[in-house]
Amino acid sequence: MANTPLIGTKNKKGQVYTDPNHLFFEAPRESHFLTGSEIIKEAIKRSSCDMSIAYPITPQSEAAALIGELFAEGYVDIYSRGANEFDVMSICAGGSFGGSRVFTTTAGPGTLRAMENFPMWAGSRLPIQVCITCRGINSPLSIQPDTLELYYMLETGCLLWHAETAQDLFDFILKGFIVAEQPDVHLPIAVACDGFFVTHTKDVVLMTPDDMCLPRYDPYRSPVPCMDMECPPVRMMRDPFVMKSNYISYATHASWQQEVRAAVERSRKHTEALLGGLIDVENGDAEILLVSSGTAISQSREAIALMKDEGLDVGLVKIKTLRPFPTAEIKAATRNAKKIFVPEFNVAGWLGREIKAIVEDNQRVVAGPHVGGGMTMPPEVIMERIVRTLKADKEELAHV
Amino acid sequence: MSKERIQIAPEFRNIMPPEYIELVDNATWGKEGRGWKDVGINKELIEEHSLCAGCPESMAFRYILAALPNPEDTVMVGSTGCTSLVFPHVAVHNIHSLFGNQNAIASGLKKSLAHRFPDQTKDVVVLAGDGATVDIGLDYTLQSWFRQEKFTTICFDNELYANTGGQESGLMQKGFVAKMAPIGKQFEKVRLPEIAQESGCHYVVNCTVSKPSLVEKVVRNAVYVAREIGPTYLQMYTPCILEIGKQSMEGLQEMRDSEKPGLRFAFKEYMSPEAKELITEMAAKEKERKAAAKAALTQSATA
Ligand SMILES: Cc1ncc(C[n+]2csc(CCOP(=O)(O)OP(=O)(O)O)c2C)c(N)n1
Ligand code: SF4
Ligand SMILES: [Mg+2]
Repeated sequence: MANTPLIGTKNKKGQVYTDPNHLFFEAPRESHFLTGSEIIKEAIKRSSCDMSIAYPITPQSEAAALIGELFAEGYVDIYSRGANEFDVMSICAGGSFGGSRVFTTTAGPGTLRAMENFPMWAGSRLPIQVCITCRGINSPLSIQPDTLELYYMLETGCLLWHAETAQDLFDFILKGFIVAEQPDVHLPIAVACDGFFVTHTKDVVLMTPDDMCLPRYDPYRSPVPCMDMECPPVRMMRDPFVMKSNYISYATHASWQQEVRAAVERSRKHTEALLGGLIDVENGDAEILLVSSGTAISQSREAIALMKDEGLDVGLVKIKTLRPFPTAEIKAATRNAKKIFVPEFNVAGWLGREIKAIVEDNQRVVAGPHVGGGMTMPPEVIMERIVRTLKADKEELAHV
Repeated sequence: MSKERIQIAPEFRNIMPPEYIELVDNATWGKEGRGWKDVGINKELIEEHSLCAGCPESMAFRYILAALPNPEDTVMVGSTGCTSLVFPHVAVHNIHSLFGNQNAIASGLKKSLAHRFPDQTKDVVVLAGDGATVDIGLDYTLQSWFRQEKFTTICFDNELYANTGGQESGLMQKGFVAKMAPIGKQFEKVRLPEIAQESGCHYVVNCTVSKPSLVEKVVRNAVYVAREIGPTYLQMYTPCILEIGKQSMEGLQEMRDSEKPGLRFAFKEYMSPEAKELITEMAAKEKERKAAAKAALTQSATA
């Protein structure tokens, strides 16, 4: 049976397998000025990744190709191009069924082309990591950043984290493997970032040393058997449930769906420990709050600075994990707010709906502003929306 | 995995399911000369199944399992369809994930196992229906061959979508009237065996499953060639007796009727030069093994 090497020993590239907590919180960090794509490469270099399967689609092509370089250098053991994203995600599944740590990247149309695989990954309890560098999914063809695709990911059973910055991306990728592979979680994880804004811009990132790496994935900690014929095959059922329309069959499917969702919930405690909570709150006592995720948070920060100059006090709630959804955290963080704005880089406003669904007095929630089609969200747009809403509220009050 | 790995702690024997005890006591794993003759006496070789009574797929499945040269280290990949009714009864690890992605799954699986077990032989065998192999999954079937992925693809060709009630499939014969082909199928049966050859398969067979010894031989060849050289493809006629209006006992005759010379399932075998060399070498070794066994037997009889 393949053994998992011990912490403190070296891999063939001379990297030391390091305790994750040490790597994340104690190892020295050095600052680097890199693009988001390069950051994905650097995170994978440190992640003891066995396998990565690639397919070109802007804006993730660069990252996927850079992982190819890691393969050529010997940091990733298995790497190839798939035929399309459905192929890629199924090859990834095969790799994970066979006990490997697997990473891939995709975006927009690629995410949707691959979609059937994601709930399958979750139901099969495969802790694959996919980095989604969000891109529009409308016709006419767009390559621009847009977070609409994350809406489709919400109920796949995958963990879904949304990075704001390149720093988040680096940390989330490494920490994502550790959370996803916990025996009581053991689910796929999608780490999302906003295409171009994060992938194609340079940023300062504090990175761990590249001669330290995560411990290898141990497939025998999985709650379901690894498909390698190293543990006894079990006869799972007399009749496959798919063919039966009876109560046992319904109950089996229903309970497995519930179990997958329960496993998403169980990831909370591991995530809290590694990410320091599912949300970050800044100036939470302000009467007006901006609540969002991804690049919308960076733009909100700019808007908050702008409004401060105008004498408007606005706080910020940054959502790091979309699944599990930080329901209790958001409820608590927004309890005293008079108005909650949810700026989003998509036309649907799905995050606004999610938040409206959980907070008390949800007429306080303004799902907006939205930009779509690849537009940026200038801080002025956020400020204008807030100012206009507050003014309208005041006028309404005057009419009462 | 060796058979030792599945031993039961004596204290727990009385609570183990009978299937498992049977697997430990009687499995043919690791047995020299295991084969189709073990079918019917070993629970592990599919004692029961939930296919229609008399479905030729049920026998085909058993012959294939009995023929695997290395079942204790073989992982199978299935797809959605009538075959997925049998996999839960199969005593080797097997994966069902989606309809049509079987060759993509097998590609990742084989690479993963080769990476994790560099000193062990881990075989991967895909077994799926014609809809899965040729229609919805054609891209992934072909792409895995183009990439020279080292596993065997077996297609149970029943010339229609059985599991969804008998719809037209790419491997259906032209003119056949079926659901979704209400005026008869308008185009020829897809020639996948020829396409397989052109796509880089090193060993390709088109046959029925009427003869267990033949199935055994081609499965072994296919697995060995895939292990050593590259992709292999077996297309086997397993008529859907339900959808073509045959009785439970008529499957065998249907296969015999379709494998006559010149007919669409007449035995056809292709080997690449490398595969031919390997198969000849293996046949010679097998002959030697049998001769040695026979000699040992006569010696012990005369002793
Ligand atoms: C994406 C998707 N499309 C369609 C189906 C429905 N479906 C299930 S089995 C099947 C037909 C299987 O045909 P084949 O592969 O020939 O296997 P058979 O049942 O004939 O053995 C179809 C169309 C599905 N499960 N998934
Ligand atoms: S429907 Fe056809 S292929 Fe499926 S089990 Fe019945 S006879 Fe066999
Ligand atoms: Mg069929």
